[in-house]
Amino acid sequence: MSEKIKYFLERLSWVDIMVWLFGLAILVIAVIGVIGSIHNAYYTKEQWMDFVVFGISQGGVYALIALGYTLVYGILFMINFAHGDIFMAGAFTGYFLAAKLNQYGIYNSHPIISLLLIMLLAMVTSVVVALITERVAYRPLRKAPRLVPLITAIGASFTIEYTFRGLYGSGVEAYPDMKIFVGKTSVFGLRILKVHLLVIILSILLMAGLYAYVQYTKAGKAMRAVAEDKDVASLMGVDVDRVIVNTFILGAALAGIAGVLYALIFKQVHFFMGFIPGIKAFTAAVVGGIGNVPGAMLGGFILGIFEALGPGLILEGLGIPASYQLKDVIAFTLLVLVLIFRPTGLMGERLSEEKV
Amino acid sequence: MDSQNTFWKSAVKNGLLAGAIGLYSTLVGLVQAFNKRAVIEQLSLGHITLLLSWGVVAYVFLNHHRESESKGKLIAAGALVGGLGAFLVALLPMTAQWVDYHFVFVHAGPEMYSLLTFGKGPWLGSAMLVAVGALWGILIALVVSLPTFWRDSVVKAFLITITVGLLSDLFTGMTIGWMFQPFLGVEGLNILGAVLVFGLSIAYDYWSAHRKPKESAEAVATEPTGVTKSQLRRMVVGALALVVVAGLPLLLGSYLSHVLNMVGLYTIMGLGLNIVVGYAGLLDLGYVAFFALGAYTMGLLTSTGPLGIAHWTFWEAVPFSILVAMVAGILLGVPVLRMRGDYLAIVTLGFGEIIRILALSNWLKPLIGGAQGILLIPKPPLFGFKIQTPIHFYYLILVGIGIAAFVAYRLRESRLGRAWMAMREDEDVAEAMGIDLVVTKLTAFAFGASFSGLAGAIFASYVGSIFPHSFNLLISINVLSLIIVGGVGSMPGVFVGSLALVGLPELLREFAEYRMLIYGLSLIAMMLLKPEGFWPEPIRKRELREEVGD
Amino acid sequence: MEPILIAKGVTKRFGGLVAVNNLDFTIERGSIASVIGPNGAGKTTFFNCITGFYTPEEGKIIFDGREIQGLTPDRVTRMGIARTYQNIRLFSNMTALENIMVGRHPLMRHQWWDAILHTRRYKREEQEALEAARRLLNFVGLQGLGDQLARNLPYGAQRRLEIARALASEPKLLLLDEPTAGMNPQETSEMIRFIRHLRDELGLSILLIEHDMKVVMTISEKIAVMDFGKKIAEGKPEEIQRNPRVIEAYLGRGAASGIGKATATA
Repeated sequence: MSEKIKYFLERLSWVDIMVWLFGLAILVIAVIGVIGSIHNAYYTKEQWMDFVVFGISQGGVYALIALGYTLVYGILFMINFAHGDIFMAGAFTGYFLAAKLNQYGIYNSHPIISLLLIMLLAMVTSVVVALITERVAYRPLRKAPRLVPLITAIGASFTIEYTFRGLYGSGVEAYPDMKIFVGKTSVFGLRILKVHLLVIILSILLMAGLYAYVQYTKAGKAMRAVAEDKDVASLMGVDVDRVIVNTFILGAALAGIAGVLYALIFKQVHFFMGFIPGIKAFTAAVVGGIGNVPGAMLGGFILGIFEALGPGLILEGLGIPASYQLKDVIAFTLLVLVLIFRPTGLMGERLSEEKV
Repeated sequence: MDSQNTFWKSAVKNGLLAGAIGLYSTLVGLVQAFNKRAVIEQLSLGHITLLLSWGVVAYVFLNHHRESESKGKLIAAGALVGGLGAFLVALLPMTAQWVDYHFVFVHAGPEMYSLLTFGKGPWLGSAMLVAVGALWGILIALVVSLPTFWRDSVVKAFLITITVGLLSDLFTGMTIGWMFQPFLGVEGLNILGAVLVFGLSIAYDYWSAHRKPKESAEAVATEPTGVTKSQLRRMVVGALALVVVAGLPLLLGSYLSHVLNMVGLYTIMGLGLNIVVGYAGLLDLGYVAFFALGAYTMGLLTSTGPLGIAHWTFWEAVPFSILVAMVAGILLGVPVLRMRGDYLAIVTLGFGEIIRILALSNWLKPLIGGAQGILLIPKPPLFGFKIQTPIHFYYLILVGIGIAAFVAYRLRESRLGRAWMAMREDEDVAEAMGIDLVVTKLTAFAFGASFSGLAGAIFASYVGSIFPHSFNLLISINVLSLIIVGGVGSMPGVFVGSLALVGLPELLREFAEYRMLIYGLSLIAMMLLKPEGFWPEPIRKRELREEVGD
Repeated sequence: MEPILIAKGVTKRFGGLVAVNNLDFTIERGSIASVIGPNGAGKTTFFNCITGFYTPEEGKIIFDGREIQGLTPDRVTRMGIARTYQNIRLFSNMTALENIMVGRHPLMRHQWWDAILHTRRYKREEQEALEAARRLLNFVGLQGLGDQLARNLPYGAQRRLEIARALASEPKLLLLDEPTAGMNPQETSEMIRFIRHLRDELGLSILLIEHDMKVVMTISEKIAVMDFGKKIAEGKPEEIQRNPRVIEAYLGRGAASGIGKATATA
């Protein structure tokens, strides 16, 4: 018997114990918080539903950005640290068109066309920024050790942020309200903000489109082939460079649209706006399983809802004042927990099994 | 014929690139902001920025074709690249009367246009700008077609002259500044000074190129005896350096000493992060967290304000600041032990943000002051004397650097240091060599964090009050940039990096707004062009030497 | 005397794939043994199970009388197993000497405080390590190259440096993963002589993975043949050479896998 215990103890790492205790502690705190919140009933059922809807709509934005991380990661095995700033570039540039259109009254007389134009401009800007970044900062270093492109990506992130600060200024600008999207509407008996509805519908449509593109078009198949094995794909006549550029274009276009949607929900744009959503979207990509397209979508919604509910549901029950200040802490904690306990993410396993 | 066409096509392409870079630096506002600083007489840093945007492109392009094309063609191509580059920039003032650039670009406006057109109106001024660009291109072509030695020497002398011109404030600020007066203008160098610096630089190059063979012969000759000439020389240089370092603040005065103090604090942090990133290869982006913890511990333990809990002195609190940072380093290290490099970077970034958000939150406000921070942190006493002015702090920080450098150096030359580096090179193999990865990673985090905690503690006492916003992500990026610019894993590189990336921006106030832009660009540029940094760690030769340690 | 290493029913799976299947193998003290087999037969996976890089799902690995399966690689190394890699994995930005000194890590005891204070223990151990590293450098014939960065060394020197690094931990069992890969015939025969020399001079037990039949047949005292994760034969070189299953696995599968590859790329 003691032999067996010794055998077991020899193979037990105290790191595992610490990590599990850490996870357990967070779980216990969360449960206490939830019980506290439910017991005290701070919010009505309608308010909870509002939180959820808000969570889904911001989750849709996270998911769109997360797709950019996941696509690039799937192909280059590299975290495009500057992706959040590519998102900012689109949103910030779109603002000027929105303001101009508003000035001439087109913004409210032809809202759909305006929105499409703004999104187009945002997409183009994001794509251009992404392409320059790829060409200058990533492509020459594709064969370098892993940390090197990560460092240039960090450099690129700050370069983009402060370039736009220099170009557009350091002020906070506000997208004008679009009259048809002001106020609430009823869906399945649920009162929700029109803007949220718009964002949810658009993000789901885009994700479906992207999924179809990756799954069924020739370009999408080439992309998946490169993700599987670059060398084999190039032997089979796939232009790897071209596919990588396509991937960046796709990711950046989604980020550009996500930027406009984000601006519609939160109104404000400024040069540093990409940083936090960028990390959140990365978290979403990791939660879903980085490199996995449906995973990024799922991860985005999960993170969005988690973040919307977390402060009210967990933190307030613990008696923490102004709990919304700590919503980023919740997202980061989720990131750490996922990376510790399930580094492949929720849907990552399927991917790795396919590879074997 | 075909190769001719490609040459000119390529020249046009490079001209467009030069123009794009010129437009970029103009619209981002660099040209305008830097225009406030004269370098040589009337020539401002703004002008130089513009000239460099075209010049670098022209130089690289022409240099590439140096062997294959005739001098006349190089000159024509230089004029084309420079002129086209300038033309693209000149488009801004020319079209400004029809297009409202200012609606989008904050820096576009009459001030910028007049700067670009020398105040001569859109048409005449633009023509002048294009002419300047073309002439500049021709000048570069002429330099490129010089023999290699002279080409390199001229380029170097040009860069040195600009640098000296930029830093000429440094001379006037010094207590012996009057000695340099004859060479300085109102701001920057005067013509005489510029010519002198330029000439000296070339003369030095010439001298050192013609003397080299003799010196290397001498070095070989003095190798085997006891105290050799080179050793003696090293000792003398060391002693001189010590005297200079000790006397520096007296020479520089209060403001420059403050600049040096910031450099020093970043050096301490850099030495710590160098252990984590440079030796152990763990990319930590949340390094500011430990700086904050060190500072807050110092603040809470010593503050005489309402938040102070112990009213200790600096000296009693310092060990605790270091200890708290160290323990935090270990605690935050445990969850990331098993994570791969890139995940680790983002998670540590998250940790850094969490610490800042918590420091700002209303939740912890009763304890640590929220956004209002901790005030009334006393200065360190020393035998009845108070360490108060920047000059006093200079010596305190110097001691801190000394300790940090000593510890870092000795650790590097040990079993633990080798384990760190082995882990950086290849984690799996390091483990297969019998290295316990858990212990090795955690000690790296612990030492890195403790250095940062020390810097934070000194910082808190130095500035007297601390606020959460002093501890944002940008500090982590600063420290990371400086060790990369200096040379990852290199201790001398840390000094060089912090002088260049912390000292320079402090001196050149105009840089302040563009500091992060320049950091970002330098991170990319370093990785592309000089990944080993400006001062990589020298290889330690030991196979045939007897000594172990000192 | 009991064998240095006994593997009993070792099984390692990846998803649905069984990389090592119920493998039994024994290495006698002071002997040179080899594992051979076609590509993807599970040889390197078996190596990784011994060194602790993988934990086998089933079976036992007994080294020097102790069960080692599931222990972390660093502990396995500290018990006296050292290895080299098929595709050389040196610490490329460290000097040759430093590489060997890292190999000596398990024999050193000094802690960080010893290093900071330069205690007597630190000085003694560092001196010993430096001397040992120089000795090993000479032993593998790399004298004069000690201060070169590992990545700047020529290929053959890198192979030998890797062996020197492995020897620095003074192992009882040395695992060599294709030590002659990429070598010309002359270098190969030098390596054969060197491996024999290691055993005779240092009294090591050695386990080889090898592709080159000639090498295996020349130096091994015992050979195990693997195919699809299973051991299909074991014995002295002469026995293996005559074994029909081995010939089939090598020739038959070689042809078959060639066809398989052709269809995969088409």
